[in-house]
Amino acid sequence: MLNRRTALAATLGLSLSASFMTIALAQAPAGKVTVVTSFSKDVTDPIKKAFEKAVPGVTLEVQNRNTNAGVKYVEETKANNQVDLFWASAPDAFEVLKGKKLLTAYKPKATGIPDKIGSYPINDPAGFYFGFAASGYGIMWNDRYAKANKLPEPKEWQDLAKPVFYDHVSIAAPSRSGTTHLTIETILQGEGWDKGWRTIKEMAGNFRSINERSFGVPEQVNSGQVGVGIVIDFFAFSAQASGFPVKFVYPSVTTVVPANVGIIANPPNKAAAEAFVEFLLSPTGQEVLLEPGIRRLPVNPAVYAKAGADYPNPFTDPRFQKMIGFDVDKSEGRTAVVDTLFDQLISFQLDALKGVNKVLHEVDAALAKKPNDKAKALAEEARVLLAAMPVSEAQAASAELRGAFTGGKEKGARQAEVEAQWASFARDNYAKAKAKAEEALKAAK
Amino acid sequence: MTAIPTSVSRPRRIAGTPGQIALALAIAAFLLMFLVLPVATVIYVAFTEKGTSTFTLVNFYDFVRTELFMRSLWNSFYVSAMSVVWASVFALPLAYLTTRFVFRGAAIVQTLGFLPLIMPPFVGAVAMQLFFGRNGSINLLLDDWFGFKIDFMEGLNGVIFVQSVHYFPFILINLSAALRNVDRAMEEAAQNLGSSGFRLFRRIVFPLAMPGYLAGASLVFVKVFDDLATPLLLNVKDMLAPQAYLRVTSIGIADPMGYVISVVLIIASVTAMWLSARALKGRDYATTQRGGGGLAKRVMTPMEAVFGYGIVILILVLVLAPHLGLLLLSFATIWSYSPLPDAFTTAHYARVFGESSVYIKNTLIYATIAGGIDVVLGVAIAYLVLRTKLIGREWLDWMATAALAIPGVVLGIGYLRTFYGITLPDGTPLAALWITIVLALAIRRLPYALRACYAALQQISVSLEEAAENLGATKARTVRRIVVPLMAGGILAGFVTSFSTAAVELSATLMLVQSNSDAPLAYGLYVFMQSAAGRGPGAALGVVAVILVATCTFLSHLIIERSQKAKGMGH
Repeated sequence: MLNRRTALAATLGLSLSASFMTIALAQAPAGKVTVVTSFSKDVTDPIKKAFEKAVPGVTLEVQNRNTNAGVKYVEETKANNQVDLFWASAPDAFEVLKGKKLLTAYKPKATGIPDKIGSYPINDPAGFYFGFAASGYGIMWNDRYAKANKLPEPKEWQDLAKPVFYDHVSIAAPSRSGTTHLTIETILQGEGWDKGWRTIKEMAGNFRSINERSFGVPEQVNSGQVGVGIVIDFFAFSAQASGFPVKFVYPSVTTVVPANVGIIANPPNKAAAEAFVEFLLSPTGQEVLLEPGIRRLPVNPAVYAKAGADYPNPFTDPRFQKMIGFDVDKSEGRTAVVDTLFDQLISFQLDALKGVNKVLHEVDAALAKKPNDKAKALAEEARVLLAAMPVSEAQAASAELRGAFTGGKEKGARQAEVEAQWASFARDNYAKAKAKAEEALKAAK
Repeated sequence: MTAIPTSVSRPRRIAGTPGQIALALAIAAFLLMFLVLPVATVIYVAFTEKGTSTFTLVNFYDFVRTELFMRSLWNSFYVSAMSVVWASVFALPLAYLTTRFVFRGAAIVQTLGFLPLIMPPFVGAVAMQLFFGRNGSINLLLDDWFGFKIDFMEGLNGVIFVQSVHYFPFILINLSAALRNVDRAMEEAAQNLGSSGFRLFRRIVFPLAMPGYLAGASLVFVKVFDDLATPLLLNVKDMLAPQAYLRVTSIGIADPMGYVISVVLIIASVTAMWLSARALKGRDYATTQRGGGGLAKRVMTPMEAVFGYGIVILILVLVLAPHLGLLLLSFATIWSYSPLPDAFTTAHYARVFGESSVYIKNTLIYATIAGGIDVVLGVAIAYLVLRTKLIGREWLDWMATAALAIPGVVLGIGYLRTFYGITLPDGTPLAALWITIVLALAIRRLPYALRACYAALQQISVSLEEAAENLGATKARTVRRIVVPLMAGGILAGFVTSFSTAAVELSATLMLVQSNSDAPLAYGLYVFMQSAAGRGPGAALGVVAVILVATCTFLSHLIIERSQKAKGMGH
């Protein structure tokens, strides 16, 4: 009896003092802070551990969702929001959230972080999301696979269009993967709309597969199902750190883009959310990024002193200084159009595209043995047909086309109509290109 | 013995008793609340004009006009039909040999034959590629020894191969349950009349087990038709379910087309189920002799034994190769472009050991409750459809079946829309409770349990119930004491199917999981499988999931065998 009473009193006392503490520390971050993220456990676990150590009393609750599902989730639950932070790679996703007024502006106090990385602003100029790690895009390949299939080491995007890479290259669909979308957009911005699409389609003629999720590509390269993948750098670096026989290169037309974190509008635990942003940007938080399982590029240049000599440093490495500037607004304005063009002209027509490309590779081989001007001209005609686009750069950004994809309030062309037009454009052109290519092959032989 | 009921056979012919009507209404309310309503909040856009909310069918016109969608529709039909054929080829020998003969290790064969259904998401795909892929173990060895490769996993044929390996257990489990229920007297009568061997099987045994076979085959057809994971894994995009998924989750999220495809999927699924029900209509599969029923078990001659075991082992090796790959992967350090891993380690298990216990606990709780809800609903719906004349009773069946065709992500978004606004007194949204995940799982797996219960009830003669009622039992008591015990095998088959597939479900779960402490195994797996370093631990977690479900399955097979032995079925 006595025991129970003591226990009761003790509990009461404890809970009383606990509530006093809460009142006293009302300003200090405490309790649970929820983050929706597309990052894997290998990234979130070490950061969670370090954060909870740095800010005692706060627990980080990680909800793992892919970027698209995460955006959708935040949007669907905004009426009764339970999420404090959104944490993902693609700046586009944050632009979408910002556009829907689902983010809170904040001014980080962290120091030592420059305004730009390469030519890309690290933080959102409007202050809704903040870059905490940089990533570049490039080409990853499996060394064992390359040796067995006698593949040369690729250096540039154009290399992947060479006959030797036929059926050995893999990519994620840009409509499915925010990072691949940025890769495609980088090529389009770096080489220009028409030339960029030609490069992309010539590479695509060598695609083995088009994956529906970003991680599918490094996974296939790691296991040796596919030789070469177009990926974001940390996929390759962390695979190397885990011991997979893979290599990686940044082509000269590429860009570094920050991975971001942002505070959701109306967060249940604002103090802790801010604490998390500050932690990520602090030297301690930045150093966690160097861990072998994470391997992302910190945005604080001072942190690289603790990294190994062979760790890529975008602030000193000349390769990164040459990288092109990336226009986020341009990219955001035509996201849906670019992704749908890729799907309709490439993903869903891949067999036709590859069929033409295979013949063209044969023509090249024949021409190398015995030059023939007529065949060369025909092959070029076929390539022009393959590269043709149903819309110009200006049209792609036009309000009319954007309207078809936003499902907005205004009436206008339906997405399905536009898609059907593009698909038949591609089908017709690829059929014509195939005829030309076969003619060229006949002439060349 | 006192009162002879005056209307023994009458009530069945007219409407139902008040109890039956109440039951039907309760089920209808449940399905409306947790299936129709949430899904409707998402797919109504299929019927609206762009930019307005006016009703229109123009989106369906767009569907028919789009070459890609029509090609996808045709491909889906072709792949589903071929998968049924191949799944039957795998399932028939296993089911027949283990039920027809005195077969050592029948329970083990039944359990192993069931495993392909439990392919954990993502890791399963990786393991399968490592074995059968273009540069998988088998092809690397073939290339090394003979200089050629076989495209097991290329294009539509690859989808058919993987789907029939994956889903043949639907036929196996339902057909086995049906074969156990075939009346031995029928077989003996046929034998007395001089029939034996294959003719006996073709003319007597198989037709009597038809409800079970059709239940399984229609499930395979509809499941393959609606499955998106396998085509996407093989990078086949021109099928209907992947098209719907790709649109709903990315570029077409604001576009009606993804939802139009969902509607087409639902219609096709329900039509397939309706056709399979039609095929059985007008025939009576019920047998009166129960308890002592089931095929007479024959002892195999040595030649037959060699042949029989040979076939069983061959099929099992083929269909279990992915699981073997998974096991190797979970112990592998690096496995890349080589027939076998470079080295082995137990470190992955050590890594998942600590956190997997919460996942295991959640998975067991969720899948058990979901399976429980499913068999209760399954028995109730089957009873109402087959034993009463309530108006519109088939609609319960159609509604429940339609769940099969609804992409998990659509259900997930629908749940968020419908239940996130509803809050508990402390402000937590209803959708944030783990019970929401359970309900989503139960709805998604209901068709499996329903088909099994339906088939089981079809094989029970009404005369047994009439006898009970003649002896004075009430309807409820008849159901409890006669119908349910006789259906036990089918109910258990339904429970096992629902339970084990719910245990590895991901698409709806991913949308609904609110915190790691509420997450099931499949979610933990997903989180691991996003990085190179997580592949091993992910595989380890996958193995844990498979073992977990396999143990439960094995136990339930033991229970079936026990109960049949207890009924005097031994030889």
